Amino acid sequence: MNTSSLSNLADKAMSESPTRKAETPSARNSTPQFNVAMAAAGEQNATPVIVEAEKINLFYGTKQALKSVSIPFHQNTISALIGPSGCGKSTFLRCLNRMNDLIEGCRTEGEVTLSGENIYTKGVDTVMLRQRVGMVFQKPNPFPMAIWDNIAYGPRLRGIKNKAVLGEIVEESLRGAALWDEVKDDLKKSALGLSGGQQQRLCIARALATKPEVLLMDEPCSALDPISTLKVEELMRELRGAYTIIIVTHNMQQAARVSDTTAFFLLGELIEMGASAKMFTDPSDKRTEDYITGRFG
Amino acid sequence: MAMENPATSQIPVAGGAATLGSVAKNSESLSATRKKPLEIALFWIFALCAAVTVFTTFGIIAVLVTESAPFFREVSLARFFGEKEWAPLFNPPHYGVLSLICGTFLVAAGAALFSLPMGLLAAIYLSEYASPRARNIMKPVLELLAGVPTVVYGYFALLFITPLLQNGLESMTPTLQRVTGNPNLFPTIEVFNALSASIAIAIMTLPLVASLCEDSLRVVPRALREGAYALGATKMEVSLKVVVPAALSGIMASFILAVSRAVGETMIVALAAGASPKITLNPLESIQTMTGYIVQVSMGDVPHGSIGYQTIFAVGLVLFCITVLMNLASISLVKKYRHKYD
Ligand SMILES: Nc1ncnc2c1ncn2[C@@H]1O[C@H](COP(=O)(O)OP(=O)(O)OP(=O)(O)O)[C@@H](O)[C@H]1O
Ligand SMILES: [Mg+2]
Repeated sequence: MNTSSLSNLADKAMSESPTRKAETPSARNSTPQFNVAMAAAGEQNATPVIVEAEKINLFYGTKQALKSVSIPFHQNTISALIGPSGCGKSTFLRCLNRMNDLIEGCRTEGEVTLSGENIYTKGVDTVMLRQRVGMVFQKPNPFPMAIWDNIAYGPRLRGIKNKAVLGEIVEESLRGAALWDEVKDDLKKSALGLSGGQQQRLCIARALATKPEVLLMDEPCSALDPISTLKVEELMRELRGAYTIIIVTHNMQQAARVSDTTAFFLLGELIEMGASAKMFTDPSDKRTEDYITGRFG
Repeated sequence: MAMENPATSQIPVAGGAATLGSVAKNSESLSATRKKPLEIALFWIFALCAAVTVFTTFGIIAVLVTESAPFFREVSLARFFGEKEWAPLFNPPHYGVLSLICGTFLVAAGAALFSLPMGLLAAIYLSEYASPRARNIMKPVLELLAGVPTVVYGYFALLFITPLLQNGLESMTPTLQRVTGNPNLFPTIEVFNALSASIAIAIMTLPLVASLCEDSLRVVPRALREGAYALGATKMEVSLKVVVPAALSGIMASFILAVSRAVGETMIVALAAGASPKITLNPLESIQTMTGYIVQVSMGDVPHGSIGYQTIFAVGLVLFCITVLMNLASISLVKKYRHKYD
């Protein structure tokens, strides 16, 4: 790889015009932002970069919540974001599908590319973006409607009206989220009648129904019991082949169990990123080590 | 310690002694029952207040039933609900309460037609679209509207809305004649008419609907909105397809409350809707509502104890039953559409 010229490109990213960048999408896809991380994860991460954050600075009003965060995410891998409470994990995750747009007074600098396209340029359709980058929240948030309608919500927004087609998507998504067998006879019943764990899998199914390329999960298991948690983790491993998953978690074991790479945040900065196996056994930064061994935060 | 040295508790100075003193006091009050009488008294005061509301309700029912009983001995229910005319003071008298019920619902339905959709849309605007600044200005203004005495709305209807409607219709008459092809068509609005009362009641209940709907829209969890946005919904889709359905129970409740207010509204209809009970669906005519009739008779010189006077209790009883039914409907609707979030 032509490392030196590519990192130059990355350094200049902020000042360059979008057209200039669009010319070299394939080269940019393998930008080695983190040489240490890449060296460690090199063999595993043979897949191309699908989402890449570059020099993200994010402000809530005048308060800076993210400081020049750059991370590449490889296709069909699971990446975990860890760090103490308030360090900006959720904020960063929400940058990747522009959910922070909804927060008043929130300003984002830098860029995020999805398959080489900057999602922060003018004229980007956030509707399409969010259908390609799905999201699952910390607390299950099913809509107050039937299970079937919950799953069909996203495809309907895309203009799919045919009942048969929608029905297929519903079944496929529920199967994908390992919920089909439990609810297949109750599809017309309110989603609010499901248990917390079922609701969370419903939310995952709802996100899968739009067939996203990337799935963002913000502490998806924090409201779940150990068995439901295991189910969701199993699910993530199954989805890994077809989706790129980025998960925020406070559970070190979970990060170690399910993720290929782990990124450690502290006070709005990315401290270290690398293969999970290495991060949890032999971190390069003292602060990472302190955090994962529980001496900190 | 304090027990051994009671003298210390009497020294009112700062420092260790005072602390000891207060410790002694605390341990005393643990076993004391000083608070009990007050607790008991308060319990009875609270219970009494609660009982007053229940007793008043039953008192009203009792008065309505006993006072209207002589009336129903004279006039059968079949006649009361079967006759088409309401003219209890004429000779021969007519007791067809349907005319009054019709007038009431004509006015209330007209008002609801304006105030419910407008109130809901205003609420959606305030809760989902308005900037915090706009909301902070508009909500108090809206609530100010709710504080205007209804007699003001009554005069507003009679002296402003009615002339406006009359002028409007007059200027539209040539067009109407051309469209219908009838050169002799002269639609008129009577000086007293149901429509202007409806409009005034709509304006009066609008803040109620808007304010209550806005409250129920705003308590819809933020997480639900984000869930929809995360699926790629637009602001309109989030508002109409997720937030409104989630708040349906509160919206229904506010609708029924507004209709109840419209049914029970008195001053506006007494001033603007007229005093001609009739069964009609034409809002341009003068009508009379149940409340309007009760005002007319109570203020007039109908001798107490006469059957003419007893009619107001009979009408009052009907009004009361309608209101109770609407409240029950409201409760069951709210239950049906309530979603539990936790
Ligand atoms: N809507 C907001 N307005 C203002 N400041 C915010 C907002 N959301 C988050 N912040 C601030 O940004 C910082 C990062 O918050 P964020 O929610 O991203 O943390 P987190 O790492 O997800 O924490 P946790 O693990 O507790 O979820 C915090 O200091 C927080 O106070
Ligand atoms: Mg968070």
